[in-house]
Amino acid sequence: MDFYLSALLQGLCLSAIALGIFISMKIFNIPDITTDGSYTLGGVVTAKLLIMHLPVFVVLPMVIAAGALAGTLTGLIHTKLKINALLAGILVMTALYSVNLSLMGRSNIPLIGTASIFNLVNVSGDPNHNTFWILIVFVALITFIIGYLLKTDFGIAMRATGNSESMVRALGVNTDRMKIIGLALANALTATSGFLITQFQGFADINMGIGIVIVGLGSVIIAETLINWLNITSVWISLGLVLSGAVIFQLVLAVTLSLGIDANLLKLITAVFVLLIVSLPRLSFKSSS
Amino acid sequence: MIDIRSVHKVFNRGKANEVNALDGVDLKISEKEFLVIVGSNGSGKTTLLNLVAGSILPSSGGIYIDGNDVTKLADYHRSEWIARVFQNPLSGTAPDLSILDNFRLAAIRTKAKGLRIGIDDKFKKTVKEKIASLGMGLEGKIEQPMGTLSGGQRQALTLLMSVMDSCKVLLLDEPTAALDPRSAKIVMETADKLVKDFGLTAILVTHNLKDAFTYGNRIIQMAEGKIIKNLDETKKASLKQNDLFDWFA
Repeated sequence: MDFYLSALLQGLCLSAIALGIFISMKIFNIPDITTDGSYTLGGVVTAKLLIMHLPVFVVLPMVIAAGALAGTLTGLIHTKLKINALLAGILVMTALYSVNLSLMGRSNIPLIGTASIFNLVNVSGDPNHNTFWILIVFVALITFIIGYLLKTDFGIAMRATGNSESMVRALGVNTDRMKIIGLALANALTATSGFLITQFQGFADINMGIGIVIVGLGSVIIAETLINWLNITSVWISLGLVLSGAVIFQLVLAVTLSLGIDANLLKLITAVFVLLIVSLPRLSFKSSS
Repeated sequence: MIDIRSVHKVFNRGKANEVNALDGVDLKISEKEFLVIVGSNGSGKTTLLNLVAGSILPSSGGIYIDGNDVTKLADYHRSEWIARVFQNPLSGTAPDLSILDNFRLAAIRTKAKGLRIGIDDKFKKTVKEKIASLGMGLEGKIEQPMGTLSGGQRQALTLLMSVMDSCKVLLLDEPTAALDPRSAKIVMETADKLVKDFGLTAILVTHNLKDAFTYGNRIIQMAEGKIIKNLDETKKASLKQNDLFDWFA
């Protein structure tokens, strides 16, 4: 049971990435893979500041700022230098590997005896249950902020930017600036996942971000499949489905592992699983465009 | 209202495929004038419209709108004066956003897009009333995604959206080219009505000579990047539809 509980907790930690990918991929239509780098960056900044004994509420804004900076760079390269978004993301991700390594000074920072968001309040004697409730509140808060943002005039302009650029420019929106803000927001969310996971697992590692973008993509694709299938137009339900996507994704991986499959094959299974979800709507709902 | 002074536009300068899209165009459009631009493909009429809108910038010359030098101003800054209807119905609206969201953006075209929720019951009511005036029965569908509507419906709504916020100049870039004759008629009549009701300065680029004949109070013909015919209100009024066909003979 604990096995599935920790998969659930991990899913909640990674739901911020899913929201980030939802913003970059679904709202802005930009395939952003800065993610691998900004996730690790979030973890590294968290570990670095926590071992300096800074309080969690100081660490979080720094993590968000670091992620946003990474996204801003990708956005600037993409919009101002007119470089393909995918390449811009790869460039920043690659550069971040060195940045992260330099920040850490070694490849792994364990967190022992440091402050943690999961010790801030004690609502349950069981640490896992405590973590669960704190995560629920934290994720609900993020979701609420993003959901509210998407409902505002600014949010409508954001959604329109990825949908009909010519229209939104004719309506007085600087789309370059909008894309940069969007990528900053997406990577700030990704870094927030790094912040949560680092404290959840108790260490930051230089390789923690490798292939993490697929987790976000998988979660968003699960959500998208459900959104199309159920004809959802509400922003709130869509965001809820993205969160569920992140949790379902981790649960499926947990089930796979519990079936006794070699952990070395985990990335392969992840890739096959994402391929399955992507192809599922095409295979079984051929009529629905 | 719009003053275009010896504007040149060269695409791919210095390359084998260099195109002189506009070759020294001078054009003054006064307030409340409804200018129709006709010309063959490649005559420079869409380039001229895009230069006014700001989607492209001139190689040389100057452009002034309402007394302001906008020569180097980006399109999203010119939206302060200009509303636009595109040839492709998909370009003027956001298909995945609801009709309501599309109208909300249009209603704040000249304003900042801030962090407040602007769609309230009052706004919904206004949008419903405006849409009802089209008589297309769309007022009950404002929560639907724009993409579920037909091209004609979307063009008509784009027109309505252009007057949701203060608007001085309306640019119509072959707005009916992708539409069936009936939808085209509704869209052109709506455009004409809005131009008159709101006292707009309008530019219509069209290949449809019947529309060019029916609408507007001034007409110019372009060829090879130059204005070759320029008929003011009285001359246009005395123009016969067959004369227009002869222009292209």
